[in-house]
Amino acid sequence: MSVMYILIGCSVVIALGFLGAFLWSVKNGQMDDTYTPSVRMLFDDALPEARPEKEVAEAEES
Amino acid sequence: MACLGAFLIGNPTKVNKVKPAPVAAPPVCYHCGADCQPLHLRREDLNFCCEGCYTVFGIIRETGLKGYYELNDNPGATGKPVEAGKYAFLEDESVVEQMLEFRNGNLCKVTFTAPDIHCSSCIWLLERLHKFREGVIKSEVNFGKKEIYLTYNKEKISLRQVAELLAAIGYQPELSLARLEGNQQSRPDRSLWYKIGVAGFAFGNIMLLSFPEYFGLEDLQFTRIFGFLNIILSLPILLYSGIDYFRSAWAGLSKRHINIDVPISLGISVLFLRSLAEIILETGPGYLDSMAGLVFFLLLGKWFQRKTYDFLSFERDYKSYFPISVTRLVRQQEEQIPLSKLKPGDRLLIRSGELIPADGLLLKGQGSIDYSFVSGESDLMAREPGELLYAGGRQERGAIEVEIVKEVSQSYLTRLWNNEVFRKEEQDELGKLTGKVSKYFTLIVILIALISGGIWLVYDAGMALQVFTAVLIVACPCALALATPFTLGTVIRVFSRNGFFLKSPSVVEAIAGADAWVFDKTGTLTQTGSSEVNYEGDPLQADEITALCSLLRQSRHPLSRRLYAELPESGMQLVSDFEEFGGKGIKGEAGGVKLQVGSADFVGATSRLPNAGSVQREGSEVWVRTGDRIRGHFRVEHPYREGISEMVGGLEGQDLWILSGDNEREEALLKTVFPPGTAMHFRQSPEDKLRFIRDLRAEGRSVVMVGDGLNDSGALKQSDVGISIAEDVSAFTPASDAILSGQAVRRLGDFLSFSRTGIRVIKASFALSFLYNLIGLSFAVTGNLSPLVAAILMPLSSVTIIAFTTLLTQYLAHKKGL
Repeated sequence: MSVMYILIGCSVVIALGFLGAFLWSVKNGQMDDTYTPSVRMLFDDALPEARPEKEVAEAEES
Repeated sequence: MACLGAFLIGNPTKVNKVKPAPVAAPPVCYHCGADCQPLHLRREDLNFCCEGCYTVFGIIRETGLKGYYELNDNPGATGKPVEAGKYAFLEDESVVEQMLEFRNGNLCKVTFTAPDIHCSSCIWLLERLHKFREGVIKSEVNFGKKEIYLTYNKEKISLRQVAELLAAIGYQPELSLARLEGNQQSRPDRSLWYKIGVAGFAFGNIMLLSFPEYFGLEDLQFTRIFGFLNIILSLPILLYSGIDYFRSAWAGLSKRHINIDVPISLGISVLFLRSLAEIILETGPGYLDSMAGLVFFLLLGKWFQRKTYDFLSFERDYKSYFPISVTRLVRQQEEQIPLSKLKPGDRLLIRSGELIPADGLLLKGQGSIDYSFVSGESDLMAREPGELLYAGGRQERGAIEVEIVKEVSQSYLTRLWNNEVFRKEEQDELGKLTGKVSKYFTLIVILIALISGGIWLVYDAGMALQVFTAVLIVACPCALALATPFTLGTVIRVFSRNGFFLKSPSVVEAIAGADAWVFDKTGTLTQTGSSEVNYEGDPLQADEITALCSLLRQSRHPLSRRLYAELPESGMQLVSDFEEFGGKGIKGEAGGVKLQVGSADFVGATSRLPNAGSVQREGSEVWVRTGDRIRGHFRVEHPYREGISEMVGGLEGQDLWILSGDNEREEALLKTVFPPGTAMHFRQSPEDKLRFIRDLRAEGRSVVMVGDGLNDSGALKQSDVGISIAEDVSAFTPASDAILSGQAVRRLGDFLSFSRTGIRVIKASFALSFLYNLIGLSFAVTGNLSPLVAAILMPLSSVTIIAFTTLLTQYLAHKKGL
């Protein structure tokens, strides 16, 4: 039964990992708007959105 | 109009649920859904109501974004004209600097507020902004806040052009003083999320570690370890997640006021201390799982409440009413400067309809100031050159020149806004009912604890402490804290679905307790929107009509707007000597024509009235006089809103009054609709209405005032509940507690009875919670409160209360057809 110590230890570490991930996502602003993404994902997008990254890089260079 | 629902509740799929009044289908604008009369444009087999809508349609279609129209019917906003120079001040580098949130090379990020966002089409279109113009890189919409986050390349497009682009497609960005000042204010409050995360984490893990205890397994080795782990896990709850309850309880107690957070904090601390003692002394496993669960559920309740409040954000900060740029006169040259650059000594040109941004001396022109935002009185104050003008008023007649004497002072403005007229009694966040009950709750619980502890002291001293703490633990006020927000939050959502938008949950309680209803007539009972307009008299020439239109445009009176909408578009002329006489008429000169437009008295046409004094015909007359000749008059019929009799029927048993600024012309008609004995007062000025409400309240009555907000803002603020009827969102007044959409007026009686139902549900859930407490107390007092029992009872009570209130409210709403 002493394996319990290892098990408890591991599970606490993993649980802390999940908590950390949640707190990070809040900090990152993912929970600020929980409504719009639900609407956005139902849109049909005909064209691929490949431009933004290129344009951002372009703008930042100058 | 149905979109107003989505505007405030943020749920586009429910837009079409507000059922439109059944009318013989007139052609409706493909873009914005407004009535196409009178100016019916038919292009490419589609109907449009004006050039503006057609233009926006063209822009959207050319960019290949027709999906806008496929996602929703008539998604556009009824065109608002944009003045050419409206965004000119955005060229100023210092303004751009303040507005940008981020800049790296040419990459710029900015946030705009666009109140016209109201449905999924808006989101769709605005997130494809980059297709309209090169230079816009990315755009993201936050529907709840009606904000657009834009990333653009400043070399390819300027900030001003971005704003103008948004305006061109119908989403005029609103720029206000508040936004210009603090970008920091847009940082949302995330602490509740953190607290819930931590509490949930701790709750789950503590429960897991308590499992052996639930199954009655004893293994001393692990009991100790688990016990200590539990203590460690519960520390963040005590010190972080639950800290707000302690703070609030302390704040209340220091004012000698017991609020609901007092028993909650008491419960949390006793739970913790007793558990700590038990674990350290190894006399038991402690109740930390109950403690964690308690805090977790309470925080969930708070989150739900916050979510409801967020959707109801139509109480805008006073700052957003203030202009962001002003016209400064430098040696007779006009220049637009941002408000922040204003200094004492600057000379400003303030045009008709513009706000006075800071205290100043009137130099030139006739001052005619409307201070309704500030004092609630909409009578114009006349001011002569040389007099001091206070900030916050709006100049109404013609332009004036003002020399600023004081800095734009936020503190003064805040004081004005917090003027007695605008402040209603502070309400406990959770409502009056909860406040009342929580006071007694704490005292009774402490009493029971002391008594039962005392009794046990006689028999078995050891048990005494145990029982004392057990009582304090199990007497859970969480039901009290949860019942109200969940019930009222659900009630508010139900109302919003049906076209009735409340400012806050406490308004529900106020409505439920109302026993006096006061109605304004014009604009409230009548519908100036779709009235018929006919002209009688000398026909007017084309240039006279143009002059008339230009004059009408200066006035915001509903009759002026109605006439303006009715007359054919024919170009604009410069208007000089414009004067508006509240309730009587307007006069001015345009294109060489001297015009007087208004009531028969105003224009001097009394002798011409054919049947003066006899048969009263429905409608208002707007007489027109050019130069010395009285030409004729427009007759604007005021159809009463559909459903008025239904509404009156729904309010059976209530006392009703009608206060109208109009004359007794329509008394006979009103008498047929309203129950006999309803007092009607006519020719009421805004002060009269205000005084009337004040007197009613002094008699002890709870008054609901229903108005249109144009000249009853003072009265609306005086009443216990001020409801304004909204046809047009831009005419919204800050004084009202609720907005009622025109189509929902007929169901006012249903809203009243449902508010009462909501209160009854809350009382029922209080009863349910007392039942739980009784059961729990019976365990506690007899010394049988094991951690297992507590762990079951407390979350169970919280969850059932939440489920009970929400589901019951929804069910009752459904039964009522709401």
